[in-house]
Amino acid sequence: MSRAGRAGRLPVILTIILSLMLMVMPLPDWAMPFRPDWVALTLIYWAMMLPRTWSVGTAWLIGIVLDVAQGTILGQHALALCFIVFITVRFHLLMRVFPMQQLTVTVFAILALYQFVLFWINGVAGVDAPLVNYWGPVISGALFWPVVSLLFSGVRQRVQHGR
Amino acid sequence: MVASRTDSSNPARIPALGVRLIVLLFASIILMVLDHRQNHLGAVRQTIGAAVYPLQVIVDAPFRLWEWVRDSTADRNQLQLELSRLQVERLLTNARLQRMTALEAENARLRDLLDARAQVRDEVRVAEIMAVDANPYRHNIVIDIGEREGAYDGQSIVDVTGVIGQIIETGLTTSQAMLISDPSHSLPVEVNRNGLRTIANGTGEFGRLVLPFVTNNADIRPGDLLVTSGLGGAFPAGYPVAVVDTVNRIPQEPFADVTATPAAALDQVREVMLIWSSPEPRDEEPRDKKPGDEEPNDE
Repeated sequence: MSRAGRAGRLPVILTIILSLMLMVMPLPDWAMPFRPDWVALTLIYWAMMLPRTWSVGTAWLIGIVLDVAQGTILGQHALALCFIVFITVRFHLLMRVFPMQQLTVTVFAILALYQFVLFWINGVAGVDAPLVNYWGPVISGALFWPVVSLLFSGVRQRVQHGR
Repeated sequence: MVASRTDSSNPARIPALGVRLIVLLFASIILMVLDHRQNHLGAVRQTIGAAVYPLQVIVDAPFRLWEWVRDSTADRNQLQLELSRLQVERLLTNARLQRMTALEAENARLRDLLDARAQVRDEVRVAEIMAVDANPYRHNIVIDIGEREGAYDGQSIVDVTGVIGQIIETGLTTSQAMLISDPSHSLPVEVNRNGLRTIANGTGEFGRLVLPFVTNNADIRPGDLLVTSGLGGAFPAGYPVAVVDTVNRIPQEPFADVTATPAAALDQVREVMLIWSSPEPRDEEPRDKKPGDEEPNDE
């Protein structure tokens, strides 16, 4: 733990901030439903690799920030992110040894679960949205996962070994 | 991989993960109930919003910069063309404005005669839409005017061609607004030609509104201009909203199938105007009658 301590947190925080920025970045209308859930991807990665530092608490806080940034119901993304990060942390040892294809499929399933929680909360709150808004991020998120994990593994090397 | 081993050699030791999850889930549910049912969390949102603001500014900055570069490197011919176009436009607008002043005075006189409520003058202010995407489930925009400038929940937003939407959430320096094309947005309108009142709902498409409650025998036809009726209280009366597109009368249904195209290009605007309507005089007069009584007759 000492190695991934204080000094190692900054790069991870930067990736999270970057993912938040990508979430509010404007996209053309046709691409909007297919915006990958960058925050979810980032948190899944760090929860899988460094579950002691980045776990449900972080997910909850980031979720609240995301709710404010997007103007969704306060707590919606917080709940969904908490939930998937919990699952990721529970199975992080298993997920680490998965080959990339299998891991991508797992991430697909986790993202689907994430969108389902969001969908369910929207349903309770009476927010109507076309289904593509839920499936789009799952599909594009899974497609982007290999790239994201490759990029972040570079960051992680630095966090864990570099000074 | 020394670090990764120390980090996770014993997954069972991650302290009280389940307990933390349950606490946080409860916290989220309480937050959601408070936020959705009671709207008590404006202050919380504003505080966190202040932290989000720099992110929005950074995301918005390249687009601002690009616009600035484009404007400052625009070719001279192009500028001159635009200048002459604007000059012509200004002449025309000014001419129209002259008539408008006369008409306004006449209108006020007539209203005085009729003892009707005075037409209120609206105060407007230009806001810019930030290049920031908001709620993925709604048609929302983020504008760069917030509570500090006096924006408030439910405030109407228009552009030069028509109604855009209304503010649903104010931050300190930015606000979120819902467009009239949002599926959960309804707007009381009237047909400009004959004053037929109805409701225009958003559909989730930028270019289409539906009017679900127009009876089959109602006098409405394609090309009719719909303006805000001011009845809901949220929007001031008389701003153009949409033009009726199709009227499909189905004999066995009680209501006709009417669609309209918003007057404003909802997905293309960059600058919008916020309207501060002054309080309407009639509402401030003390009312002797009980709410159940009939409306007083206007003579």
